[in-house]
Amino acid sequence: MIAVEDVTKVYQSGAGAETIALDGVTLTVEDGEYVAIMGPSGSGKSTLMHILGCLDSPTAGRYLLDGQDVSEMSSDDLADVRNARIGFVFQAFNLLPRATVLRNVMLPLVYSGIPRARREELAVQALAAADLDEQLWDHLSNELSGGQMQRVAIARALINDPTLVLADEPTGNLDTKTGEIILQTFERLNEQGRTIVLITHEPDIAKHAKRVVHIQDGVVLSDERTSTAEEVRAR
Amino acid sequence: MSFTDLLDETRLSIFANKARSALTILGIVVGIAAVIVMVAIGQGAQASITKSIQAAGSDLLMVMPGFGGGGGFGGGVRSARGGALTLTTEDMAAIAKEVQGVKAVVPELQRRYQVIAGGNNTNTSIYGTNQDYPGVKNLTIAEGSFLTAEDVSSMSRICVLGATARDDLFGTGATGVVGQRVRINGLEFRVVGVAAAKGGSGFGNADDAIYIPLTCAQTLLAGDPHLTLIDVQATSADEMTVVKQGVTDLLLQRHHISDSAQADFNILSQQDILNTASTITGTFTIVLASIAGISLLVGGIGIMNMMLTAVTERTREIGLRKAIGAREGDISMQFLAESVALTGLGGLVGVLLGFLVSWGITQSGLTTTSVSGSSVLLAFAVSTGIGILFGYYPARRAAAMSPIEALRYQ
Repeated sequence: MIAVEDVTKVYQSGAGAETIALDGVTLTVEDGEYVAIMGPSGSGKSTLMHILGCLDSPTAGRYLLDGQDVSEMSSDDLADVRNARIGFVFQAFNLLPRATVLRNVMLPLVYSGIPRARREELAVQALAAADLDEQLWDHLSNELSGGQMQRVAIARALINDPTLVLADEPTGNLDTKTGEIILQTFERLNEQGRTIVLITHEPDIAKHAKRVVHIQDGVVLSDERTSTAEEVRAR
Repeated sequence: MSFTDLLDETRLSIFANKARSALTILGIVVGIAAVIVMVAIGQGAQASITKSIQAAGSDLLMVMPGFGGGGGFGGGVRSARGGALTLTTEDMAAIAKEVQGVKAVVPELQRRYQVIAGGNNTNTSIYGTNQDYPGVKNLTIAEGSFLTAEDVSSMSRICVLGATARDDLFGTGATGVVGQRVRINGLEFRVVGVAAAKGGSGFGNADDAIYIPLTCAQTLLAGDPHLTLIDVQATSADEMTVVKQGVTDLLLQRHHISDSAQADFNILSQQDILNTASTITGTFTIVLASIAGISLLVGGIGIMNMMLTAVTERTREIGLRKAIGAREGDISMQFLAESVALTGLGGLVGVLLGFLVSWGITQSGLTTTSVSGSSVLLAFAVSTGIGILFGYYPARRAAAMSPIEALRYQ
């Protein structure tokens, strides 16, 4: 479970002016939820994602990740938290070029000190979960198509068995059809019990989630459950 | 991040940019090789000078004529230092007789004269000396014999040729020279022997010389009974100080000088010459190595430049690594390892190249070189140090990046 309690984030710009990116946001995501966070650019959704992903600390308020307050951790401790509990999927895939698919997927394990022998086993499981064709596993990441790259990125996000999969516009660089397939992958992962938070500005994409949170000007505008799991399956 | 993972990452990123890595390494290769070659040339020069000085004997003192009255102005008219005539055959005899620990004393009266043999003509050093010269100066006779005591006392007009003098007068490597005649300053001398080549070149070349009886040199050529040098050989190297003191005291007394600062002679031991030569070649080596060191510095700056470019280029990769759990230390270690690997590799190739070039220089006969283990070790340590020094700033810069900014970087 993740819980954001009255979180505020204020940026200091160069001239001394303050920008309030988040203004007292409270949000709880239970295990197994599939939440889309929506909002136009500048709404604070990216800032919220950074805080949820432990990439940034709030100026005020608390962030509890699995009951642990991570809002005042050092950058190294946050790195460890990200490594163990959060899986990122980015719009731009962010794979290491000139490295094989397997190597890309195993990259988080390099920083978690899991013995080499065990890494490949975990990577194979993650790649299977992300539904990537087995014959692509030894290809270099820059030889793949966009959809395939995003599957590799999903596998990489899953390899540490995270509490939360955080996807930032995961279909932004993909055509609609490929994007749809990626979104189906997320749905399937959610059905298997993964907690997923999807950041997007497109309503079409947000409607795949079971709960949509709208953010504007740093505050939560609405928080509604759009459909039950059964309805999602029926679509 | 484990060490094997670190190596793995380093290998991958170095090989990802083969051409750029190779060019950057080249800067270090050239720098290290230059340092090794320059130090090798310097030390080679030192070794060969030391060797040629030691070849003359390490138990040797040279008594040279000098000036009375010390330095300063108002000493009246002074002739050139080497031209001072203060040592006599009697001084030499006195040293042999009265100073303790002396094994042999050899007089030298050296002047340069024109020498003619057949159609050949050379200008060389003529040494008037006695029968003890070969023993004291480590001169070996290749053909015929050296002068005898009899030759000196009877003023025989005979001579012994140095190897270079023989080459100049009778052709390179000529044999059957004994019995031939040469004209020194117009006077005819019969060749009785040829000395074996001692090696060495430049000033003080012991091979470019002709030895004649001292008496001939004094009366027939120079017309002057003074000596240009007295070589004193001690019974052992340990006796050097005692002998030096003994000779000084004796000559001061004989020349009626009470203040040793006013002495009209100088005594130089082989050790003194060796020390001076070592100081000179040492400075020479430092100068050479410093020049080479500059190229190493330039190579180091090249490494820093490449690492900074790499950090900028790989900003998104750094952001990703941080997002998936790399600590600051992991990132800085990765870049530091990369820079140290580049310089270490450059150092390795540079050492090999340095060896090769030094060997080539020795083979080509330009000069002798000697690659010392310490210079190799130093070069290696320096190149690794450069990796750390010039890799540190880029590595810190990478580590300090905010993951958010880095991920957003276009």
